[in-house]
Amino acid sequence: MMRVEELETLPRAGLESIQLKRLQALVHRVYEKVAPYRAKMDEAGVRPEDIRSLADLRRLPFTTKDDLRDNYPFGLFTVPMDDVVRVHASSGTTGKPTVVGYTAADISMWADVMARALAMAGVTRGDMVHNAYGYGLFTGGLGAHYGIERLGATVIPVSGGNTKRQITIMRDFGSTVLLATPSYALNLADAMADVGVLPEELKLRVGIHGAEPWSENMREEVERKLGIRAVDIYGLSEVIGPGVAMECLETDHGMHILEDHFLPEIVDPETFEPLPPGEPGELVFTTLTKEAFPLIRYRTKDLSRLIAEPCPCGRTLIRMEKVTGRTDDMLIIRGVNVFPSQVEHVLMGIEGVEPHYQIEVNREGNLDTMSVLVEVSERIFSDEVRQLEALTRRIQAEIKDLLGVTCAVRLVEPRTIKRSEGKAQRVIDNRRI
Amino acid sequence: MRVEQIAVFLENKSGRLAEITRVLAGHNINIRALSVADTADFGILRLIVDKVDEAKRVLRANGFTVGKTNVIAVEVPDKVGGLATVLKTVEEAGLNVEYMYAFVNSSGENAVLIFRFDDMDKAIDALLQAGFTILSGARVCAL
Repeated sequence: MMRVEELETLPRAGLESIQLKRLQALVHRVYEKVAPYRAKMDEAGVRPEDIRSLADLRRLPFTTKDDLRDNYPFGLFTVPMDDVVRVHASSGTTGKPTVVGYTAADISMWADVMARALAMAGVTRGDMVHNAYGYGLFTGGLGAHYGIERLGATVIPVSGGNTKRQITIMRDFGSTVLLATPSYALNLADAMADVGVLPEELKLRVGIHGAEPWSENMREEVERKLGIRAVDIYGLSEVIGPGVAMECLETDHGMHILEDHFLPEIVDPETFEPLPPGEPGELVFTTLTKEAFPLIRYRTKDLSRLIAEPCPCGRTLIRMEKVTGRTDDMLIIRGVNVFPSQVEHVLMGIEGVEPHYQIEVNREGNLDTMSVLVEVSERIFSDEVRQLEALTRRIQAEIKDLLGVTCAVRLVEPRTIKRSEGKAQRVIDNRRI
Repeated sequence: MRVEQIAVFLENKSGRLAEITRVLAGHNINIRALSVADTADFGILRLIVDKVDEAKRVLRANGFTVGKTNVIAVEVPDKVGGLATVLKTVEEAGLNVEYMYAFVNSSGENAVLIFRFDDMDKAIDALLQAGFTILSGARVCAL
């Protein structure tokens, strides 16, 4: 077993040889064990033996969120459920969540990659790590948690919410590292100002922020308001959770991908042709070592580019640029993935509600707010305020139930919402991140 | 015994009420009584008009969401205590008032109370038994 320092500074040839061996083993295993993958590969006319170099990766078919939805909940797992020690879930595109699973070995690997990612941000055994990512079905909280413990630092599992108490804990326990979404970090900063706690009174040194898009301007604001160094982390549940890529301290341009476990590609969002480093496109990952739920060429729908230039830190792991957008219409509201089609799913389930709705997203202070505008058709209209208010509340409750996000519901007159030829403009995002 | 009332959805935007009255006036439709129920987010305009079906048609054609409901119009002398006597009967009969509004007859002698009850049949019986005058839609508009 190689030491981490050696692994992360291997010359490219050495790293790529590890990747190829792992890729070949992966393709053989899923072809044998997962019927949907075998079917797709047969249809594409590619057999496991055909993977003789990393360049042959492009011969394999893509996997998308739709494949996960079609095989809900456990259809793409390669091991018996008895061997699955954990499942997590994240937002699906309609009525069902996206489910991911882990064997004991997967959990250990995840702890490892997360620990390595934390080390890139300068976290050590001596740190007191304040984990404000949500614990539960979301991979953020638990994923970070196990990484912190594997690294040997001290984890404070505060999860989200209860902001005043979090400030007390940061001050009294001496938190040195903050794990939170960028908007929650700003929220904490403002709450601190409200209660008169100065950044100088805290021991915070570095913040590790992800789970939603954030600009260089926001980074500057987080650093200034909390008196910390703020770094970017990237991950997604389908690939593993947090720990897929992380910024090192030596550069603030791009995040190192833990590519001995997660093989990255950038492809053209329309033709799906693989693109060379430096070219922007859609991020695709192949999980080289996951057991329970491996993915071959999973299209993330995140837009980024690969940075092949050497990094001052000395790591040879390729970097990815901060995600600049999506190829689909997914939104991230207060750290939660939201698909407009989920809102549509809720509205279709309520009798009389027309398919004419719009989602308006704003950022008030540091928190995202979402409003769903619903046209009042004659079928749902009532002469009684009580009935319309009950309808509003019902829509709100069902959206909260399915999406996990609280939103405002506004009833509007018919034909207020523009009908467009072709794809309706469902989302008005007023946030300037 | 029931009067047809029109209800129109009012989004919380300025000018909607004015637009409605403009549309009705433009089609020579007379408003006999009206009431606006408002919340922070929207309003419901309730109208008693002389040409119910035409009013519905023209409002719909102008992009409004329109509903029709039955209400009860009770005539009482326009004197102190007029409303109180009706409400006493309503309370004794155990009726729930969803909403109500009133207008005064141009002759000044009587007032008309428009009620929406949760149980319309029970309300009509109770009011008639107590001796109140219930107006038909035609009578209301002819006042």
